[in-house]
Amino acid sequence: MSVLKINEENFENEVLKSEEMVLIDFYADWCGPCKMMSPIIDEIAEEMEGKVKVGKVNVDDNQQLAIKYNVMSIPTIIIYKNGMPVKSFVGLRDKNEILDSLK
Amino acid sequence: MYDVIIIGAGPAGVSASLYTKRANLNTLIIYHDKSGLEKAELIENYYGFENGITGKELYNEGIKQAKRLGTEVLDEEVINIKMEEKGFTVITNKNEYQTKTVIFATGNKKNTPKIKGIKEFEGKGISYCAVCDGFFYRNKNIAVIGSGNYAISETNELINLAKEITILTDGKTAPEIRADNVKIVPKKIREVRGETRVEEVEFEDNTKLPVDGIFVANGIAGSSEFAKKLGILTNKENIVVNENMETNIPGIYACGDCTGGILQVSKAVYEGAKAGLEVIKYVRNKN
Repeated sequence: MSVLKINEENFENEVLKSEEMVLIDFYADWCGPCKMMSPIIDEIAEEMEGKVKVGKVNVDDNQQLAIKYNVMSIPTIIIYKNGMPVKSFVGLRDKNEILDSLK
Repeated sequence: MYDVIIIGAGPAGVSASLYTKRANLNTLIIYHDKSGLEKAELIENYYGFENGITGKELYNEGIKQAKRLGTEVLDEEVINIKMEEKGFTVITNKNEYQTKTVIFATGNKKNTPKIKGIKEFEGKGISYCAVCDGFFYRNKNIAVIGSGNYAISETNELINLAKEITILTDGKTAPEIRADNVKIVPKKIREVRGETRVEEVEFEDNTKLPVDGIFVANGIAGSSEFAKKLGILTNKENIVVNENMETNIPGIYACGDCTGGILQVSKAVYEGAKAGLEVIKYVRNKN
């Protein structure tokens, strides 16, 4: 499964009502560390296919989502389980560190 | 354009330059402030000195050696590094330099101030990157912790975004900066507080300052500060490198104490040499 583009319209259906665990990468195009994070997120999506849903939220276009989930630094990664944020990572992280938290 | 800019003039940085310069690469070393090496009173566990050598002497000899080989060595403070389409721009307090590659050899100085609440609120109002996170603080009241050129540089990134910026020097001498929406508070900080996010700073004199966010720009920016801005992987503030001293960003290398491990001259010299050799390969492949 490829990485989903998540926005204010589909957030509820794709993330909050998801039966699978969901990993969301909050990013912006102008943020250097986000650009380095992005390929790592793509790899995670590939490796966790069928187990974890992976999506990206562009904070420029979806400011309300950033505000709602208290995203004030990017990249921020939030993991949702049953519609609730259960874990977050701020700043660029190693792939294994994120994978460990999805187990 | 330089082939390589090395940040730091200790054993790692200078060793890297010995290789790149002798391979005819256009090499620039930029350094500022004291090196950790200068604090070593007598080094008796490094090869080739019958009676040992003081850290200060070894450090000075290294810079002289680099210069004698024709490497430019500048005492300037690096305040920002930007990724460009072809290489990087290194911005100092005096100038801007373009380069194909960067080697971090900045030592292991840690800049994060030991103020209660800072670690706890990382990403919840505490930020280390004005360029990345300034966006979240449009028309808000923010603080910048720091007192040097780096703090000024971060403040300038925020000046047109924020409503009001307060530079908190935490007891240090106030920097020179003039702007309508910037003020300076030189008081000692006791704690950063808030419920789920940063809400206020409390000073040692019991006064408080309400803020929406705080940008940390303490001291002289080193590898871990630039790592946060550029997106270089770190592990407990040490730069993560592979066996070729490459970071996760192509063209950026790190060596010496800033990569962690044993803080020894021998290790820094090895890593510097390795980084230098790898940069030579990288630059030649690009040409």
